[in-house]
Amino acid sequence: MNLPEALVSSVGWGLWAYWLIIALMMVGLYIVIARDNLIKKVMGLNIFQAAAILFYVTMAKVEGGTAPIVPAGADHAGGHGGHEIVYSNPLPHVLMLTAIVVGVATTALALALAVRIHGDYGTSEEDEAVVYDMEHG
Amino acid sequence: MIEKILVLEVVLPLLAAPVCVLVRHPRFCRLFSLGVIAACFAIAVALLVEVRGGGVISYQLGGWPPPLGIEYRVSTINAYLLALVTAMALVVFSFDSRGGPPRVPEQRRHLYYAVFLLCISGLLGIAITGDAFNIFVFLEISSLSSYILVSLGGHRRAVMSAFYYLVMGTIGGVFFMLGVGLLYQATGTLNLRDIAARLEPSLDDRGTVLALALLVVGISIKLAVFPLHHWLPNAYSFAPPKVSAFLAATATKVSFYLLAMVLFTIFGAPFVFEELRLQAVLLPLSILAMFLASGAAIFQTDLRRLLAYSSVAQIGYMTLGLSTANATGLAGGLVHLFNHAVMKGGLFLVVACLLYRVGSVHIDALAGIGRRMPLTSAALVIGGLSLIGVPGTVGFVSKWYLVSGVLERGWTAAAVLILLSSLLALVYVGKVVEVLYFRKPAETQPVDHVREAPLGMLAPAWVLAVAAVFFGLTTDWTYGVAREAAELLLAGGI
Repeated sequence: MNLPEALVSSVGWGLWAYWLIIALMMVGLYIVIARDNLIKKVMGLNIFQAAAILFYVTMAKVEGGTAPIVPAGADHAGGHGGHEIVYSNPLPHVLMLTAIVVGVATTALALALAVRIHGDYGTSEEDEAVVYDMEHG
Repeated sequence: MIEKILVLEVVLPLLAAPVCVLVRHPRFCRLFSLGVIAACFAIAVALLVEVRGGGVISYQLGGWPPPLGIEYRVSTINAYLLALVTAMALVVFSFDSRGGPPRVPEQRRHLYYAVFLLCISGLLGIAITGDAFNIFVFLEISSLSSYILVSLGGHRRAVMSAFYYLVMGTIGGVFFMLGVGLLYQATGTLNLRDIAARLEPSLDDRGTVLALALLVVGISIKLAVFPLHHWLPNAYSFAPPKVSAFLAATATKVSFYLLAMVLFTIFGAPFVFEELRLQAVLLPLSILAMFLASGAAIFQTDLRRLLAYSSVAQIGYMTLGLSTANATGLAGGLVHLFNHAVMKGGLFLVVACLLYRVGSVHIDALAGIGRRMPLTSAALVIGGLSLIGVPGTVGFVSKWYLVSGVLERGWTAAAVLILLSSLLALVYVGKVVEVLYFRKPAETQPVDHVREAPLGMLAPAWVLAVAAVFFGLTTDWTYGVAREAAELLLAGGI
């Protein structure tokens, strides 16, 4: 496969969810890198984490699949009324519950540190804090 | 029996942390934590003895058999890491509590011990678990608690360093999580051995290559591999010295295990080092770390910062051992994991002694201290000699096997560079020793009032200094275990 073909096939619409996730990730990462305000950095970090969480959720989707709850009266093979039921994969969702908790803890800690930094430096801007450090040692 | 107590290794410190928060009595919490860590150390040693020679102990959490359930699995390399982390925690915790975080008043010390215990249980969890997502959770437990520990240093910049460490660490953690997700997508399982068995890595499979890239970059941030090391010097130089001692000795070591496990067990040496040729990136970065970080260490005026930069250089030696991908080199990297923990842990404890008595570890403030604090300074000299790699110290053992591994691979130039980089270590260690023993104290900074550090501080520092010599002379335990672990990794096992 030559390069243009590879590009076309990889930009195929079937992968649109991944492109969205990548875009969201890069938005988050860009905010973390480019913004000097610590609170905005934390928000960027949150967007970055949210993109990863969405990635897992996307992965769990099974085409035509329903919520993974076995209906009453289902037989052992998971069938119901003679035809088989397709379920979405519940595992990534469970994993992401943990990841969300980790994300909340990270955000809480980052904000707590930002409060302390504001108390010590009198600013929430990274560049001003750097100047303060250079002046005060 | 032993597989039943295996799970206590993680559960004990995890449960002890809330107990500390509830009891709120600083002395009780200190002794209680010490007891818990001692118990963990005893379990780790028992595990190591049990699995020596190729044994494996497995514990199924909740009785769910793997690959569906989470499995705790201990082989030589895991037990080696568990013993290292608990031993270092034990030494650091037995260090006099006066060397604790300056910003935490005595009545709130119980929270500090609780966070410390959480950090330990996170690190032990990474080492013990056989489940990929479980690793992520423990990675974040240990990382979150180490951000808190770093922020407790006395200086205002400690908090800033902790924030920076948090941003970098979280990015690394998310990369790791994405990598695990891609592996799950490719194999449909989270059990490490099951992933390894089902994964058929190939260069055409972009998902797998991306997973490898994300995992390697994510772990490299936490490990502080050369161009991603920027958080480390600040974090280690502004953290409370006891915390620096503990983190320098354990956190990066556990990340190193993680990197080795991903490369050798999950993806396998043939794919990573023959098809993908990761060593083409890893080897130059390791050598750059050895030279640039050691070079940076020479120009530092703060002893803690000097040691932190030296840590980045030492991580370079470890990744160099990794990139040889042969048993000798990998064992050299793994034995350096222990050896560096002993010497750098000891050196940071010496820093804690100096800070307590002198009040500063700026290089000018240390002039003439060698005469005032002979025992502390002697411990520093032993640690320093070990960093250089003088025969008879642990540093020499590591470098010997690293150079042998590199030569076995036919990389003569790299072997020469390892030896040359030791000269840089000679310069920065020599600088400190010269100031300590030969420079006259400045008129403005009299040192006559400075006394030797108290026994509660000296003893732990000297335990590590003696270990640095002891394990430099007897290599059966350290290199023996590392060699076994390396062969296990190369065979794709854990």
